[in-house]
Amino acid sequence: MTTTTTFEEGPAVEPHTFLEPSYLTSENTLSSWLFTRDHKRIALMFFASITVFFFVGGGAATLMRMNLATPHGLLQPSLYNRMFTMHGIIMVWFFLIPSIPTTFGNFFIPMMIGARDLAFPRVNLLSWYVFNLSGFIVLYSLIMGGADTGWTFYTPLSTVYADGYVFAAAMAVFINGFSSIMTALNFVVTIHRLRAPGMTWTRLPLFVWGIYAVSVVMLTATPVLAMDTFLLAVERFIGIGLFDPRHGGDPLLWQHMFWFYSHPAVYIMILPAMGVVSEIIPCYARRPVFGYTGMTIALMAIAILSFFVWAHHMFVAGISVYSGVAFSLLTFFVAVPSAIKVFNWTVSLHKGRISFDAPMLYALGFVLLFTLGGITGLMLATLAIDVDVHGTYFVIAHFHYIMVGATVSAFFGALHYWWPKMTGRLYPEMWARFAAILTYVGFNLTFFPQFVLGYLGMPRRSYTYPPEWQSWNLLSSAGASILAVAYLLPLFYLGWSLFWGRKAGANPWGATGLEWITPSPPTKHNFERTPVVTLGPYSYDPDEDSFITQEGVRHVR
Amino acid sequence: MSDSAQLIPEVQYATLEQQGDTAQLGMWVFLVNETIFFGALIFTYFLYRTTYPHEFEVAAKDAVLWCGSVNFALLLTSSLTMVLAVNAAAQDERPRRMIIWLVATAALGCAFLVVKGYEYYLDYQDKVVPVAHYEVKPGEGSAGELFWVFYWVGTGLHAIHLTIGIGLVLYMLLWRIRRGEIGPAYYAPLEVVGIYWSFVDTVWLFLFPSIYLVGRS
Ligand code: HEM
Ligand SMILES: [Cu+2]
Repeated sequence: MTTTTTFEEGPAVEPHTFLEPSYLTSENTLSSWLFTRDHKRIALMFFASITVFFFVGGGAATLMRMNLATPHGLLQPSLYNRMFTMHGIIMVWFFLIPSIPTTFGNFFIPMMIGARDLAFPRVNLLSWYVFNLSGFIVLYSLIMGGADTGWTFYTPLSTVYADGYVFAAAMAVFINGFSSIMTALNFVVTIHRLRAPGMTWTRLPLFVWGIYAVSVVMLTATPVLAMDTFLLAVERFIGIGLFDPRHGGDPLLWQHMFWFYSHPAVYIMILPAMGVVSEIIPCYARRPVFGYTGMTIALMAIAILSFFVWAHHMFVAGISVYSGVAFSLLTFFVAVPSAIKVFNWTVSLHKGRISFDAPMLYALGFVLLFTLGGITGLMLATLAIDVDVHGTYFVIAHFHYIMVGATVSAFFGALHYWWPKMTGRLYPEMWARFAAILTYVGFNLTFFPQFVLGYLGMPRRSYTYPPEWQSWNLLSSAGASILAVAYLLPLFYLGWSLFWGRKAGANPWGATGLEWITPSPPTKHNFERTPVVTLGPYSYDPDEDSFITQEGVRHVR
Repeated sequence: MSDSAQLIPEVQYATLEQQGDTAQLGMWVFLVNETIFFGALIFTYFLYRTTYPHEFEVAAKDAVLWCGSVNFALLLTSSLTMVLAVNAAAQDERPRRMIIWLVATAALGCAFLVVKGYEYYLDYQDKVVPVAHYEVKPGEGSAGELFWVFYWVGTGLHAIHLTIGIGLVLYMLLWRIRRGEIGPAYYAPLEVVGIYWSFVDTVWLFLFPSIYLVGRS
């Protein structure tokens, strides 16, 4: 709080740093990208990779919704099976899990803690190559005809009966895990060891906390999936294995190990999004986030509790009633920290100076959709309800509200929020708001009818259904086409802004984090000198419309 | 030996000490992850072992005890030589002692692999390769084959880890040490390799009794 500048006039960064070329232009050869160690460049390379997979997975979804627009379908049943399987595998492991951590996490974790790079830049680069290797394998599996087991690879279907490219798909998931692990390890170590002076744990932005929590979950859950898929691949390859009932193996063991990873993995997909939203909401409500400490505890509580609920996916798979009851209860516990977060985000709006810019619209969409997804999760956690709606579209709607409604919204929110920092250009605000609202409308139109369908009893993973359900399905397919437009739009206007967008200043939104004291786009090593942190994040003051950066410089807007 | 120009920390670190510390932390975090990886296997192994105690016991009798035991001794010794190498790196300006101990470590690791390979050969002759070359022995039922799936997966994964460890030691010898980058001023990379090596050793510490000793009296 030593100096006060007026935001519009005072440069947030000493002028001479602008003379240094940015990370984008410092070197221009192809090999300077392919062998870069710069976390920012690697973030962009990840961004390119996962965008490809997002649209490949989206293509499969488009085919599925086209098929379901009429009761008798349009695809061959076996093709439909392959489509939903590849859709699930690609969206979960090749888009959602890496989405926010490898792009915005990679780009901004070092910047937000005042570091010049991640702890292990070569490992970071290797992670990208490993990710792409696994990506090629999954595309190979897809092109050769795909797998048809569902993204959950349940045995003995996947080991004995399925005749697709299950081995390749499982190996892709196995190898993909190494990339997750490398990235998570880098984050954990970086956050522990490379924080700038004064950046204590209680001054970390919540995005950093979110990434920290998710990295811990990745590191502890992924190896179990690795072993699980490895054993599956072995069994598929040699024809006998641990999940094979003919030799006394237990097919349920696969499910236990799979969900021991995959329930935490659903939180792998949501924790970073929670972090993003905790950055955006205070910035656009111009007030400190409510209950910072509670938010950090809730993040870590979710991370830990997520390991004790896996069998809620197996209520009707033949586990005992007693474990059913226990896991049902434990699942209710997870909802507590989740609800605390929703409460805190909502209160963070109170008496704020709210502006509904695109990132904020995405963030508010996140909160609403996450709430709906969470509440329906509680319904599913109730044994009696789950016995009824397990394996129906109700479950599909539940997890799409969270994984797509919430996480993908947060992903787009982050993309808009940090776009000026990453590219040095402002995006066209009106287009962006339009896309945000369209996402929200399209999303609800697509997935709300699926709650109804599930409640009526429509089974998931079926290419056909009785004609009386067509109107709900048609609504859903229509919504999907709107959603597709909403997801494609940013490709165009963001692409446009790269060349013709207005130049962004260092801190266009008046945000407090350390990433905003660097020029836009940042220089190769982020900071000229190591910043010294004197304050926690989110020192916004709505009454005076001022804010104090974490270095302690006060600005009035 | 090492001229000081090489001893500049990477750009994200303030000091070499911080860089070395961080590298070690990185390895420890990685080993948490590895522990869970092998832990999952050993856990399922004992799950099945308690489900089929008799079948597994009968099947396990065919594991070649002397090979496992020799390898146990080889690996334990190699951990000792590894520690001595790190110790030498920390103390000696001249790399001679460190190199000797590292060569010994790599040699012991290779000896392990040779014995393991020979054991695999004996296993093959004994017809305990699931599916490919398998003969059901009296009393082991159909679950006995599961024991051998565990055996091959567990020892195979361990051997891969050990091979990587030998590769890392060779990388130290042929690259880092030859370029004079490891010495009393900075030997964190060697320490990191050492931690990994001890871990691979520790895995055998668990696999050996689980496979060769349990139920054999
Ligand atoms: C309040 C927190 C949550 C609760 C109480 C909850 C509860 C449940 C329950 C009980 C099921 C099993 C339903 C069934 O298969 O019959 C389920 C399925 C699922 N949930 Fe959640 N959930 C929560 C949050 C999340 C989050 C955060 C995500 C993802 C980001 C998620 C993604 C999924 C997925 C992917 C499935 C279905 C997997 C499949 O069968 O393919 N859930 N949830
Ligand atoms: Cu779950």
